[in-house]
Amino acid sequence: MNTETLLTFFGALNHWITIFLIVTGLYIIVARSNMIKKLTGLVIFQTSVYLLYIGPGKVLGGTAVILNDRFTVYSNPLPHVLILTAIVVGVATLALGLALVVRIKEAYGTIEEDAIFEQDRDA
Amino acid sequence: MIEVLLPFALLIILAIIVVGLLPLQNLLAVVALLGAYSFIMATLLVALDAPDVGMTEAAVGAGISTVLLLAALKRVGSEESRGRRLDPSALLLSAVTGVILLYGTSGLPEFGDPHGAIHNHVAPYYIEKTPEEIGVPNVITAVLASYRGFDTLGETTVIFTAGLSVIMLLRLSVRRRVDAARDGAQADDASAPPEDQ
Repeated sequence: MNTETLLTFFGALNHWITIFLIVTGLYIIVARSNMIKKLTGLVIFQTSVYLLYIGPGKVLGGTAVILNDRFTVYSNPLPHVLILTAIVVGVATLALGLALVVRIKEAYGTIEEDAIFEQDRDA
Repeated sequence: MIEVLLPFALLIILAIIVVGLLPLQNLLAVVALLGAYSFIMATLLVALDAPDVGMTEAAVGAGISTVLLLAALKRVGSEESRGRRLDPSALLLSAVTGVILLYGTSGLPEFGDPHGAIHNHVAPYYIEKTPEEIGVPNVITAVLASYRGFDTLGETTVIFTAGLSVIMLLRLSVRRRVDAARDGAQADDASAPPEDQ
């Protein structure tokens, strides 16, 4: 098997593992009842999506986009800029979600979704 | 070749962490694993030529997020009550999403291909013009703060709004607790002065 084929194979495999991470995050969000666990799933989902952006920006043989006379090939800077914004917005989302969870805990005495729905039905 | 194999090895570690995190019921352990996940992710981003993003992920994802989660756990308790159970509808939803995404990746250019569509639009312009137009060696800084400064301003607005909302939500809960404490004190002794804080 030559290098070209191996490169294609592992490149595709990297995409598949990224998608596995995304899908697992989605599963945790939908399936788990505990709200902190749901937020963990959201973090995994968000963080894995970064890879879908950064991955295609990579150029083989390229280097980080800090200009220097010794380098001529650079990776693509645009996905990096987008994802820098996404990371910071992601932590803002997480903080807001956690504040809501703390309030829910105070109002309902639990952060399990099933128990909260039950209380709402009884009320 | 190493440029493909290193991300592959790190992705395998990430997948193992996520699979290990899935059945855990102790939320403290979940948060610890999430911190490890963010840190490996930061390493992976550096391996993909994105040191700025990697540093931000290490500081914000592995650092601040973990601190926020631990602070929340202190107030809501760290044990998930219900046991592990397979949710068929969630599994189906995830599988369908995964298949659609897999179909989508078939249209992506090959890993590291320098002729991919995203390398032929504005990116070469930024790399070429940054030294004369902005004058900083780091192109990401130039794009973030200058070429796309308005986007960054929008981002700051989002963070400001989120911060305001968090403060309002948490102040609400503090005020409630103070009121409850005052009511309790008044019930105990009607002549006692109300505790104002």
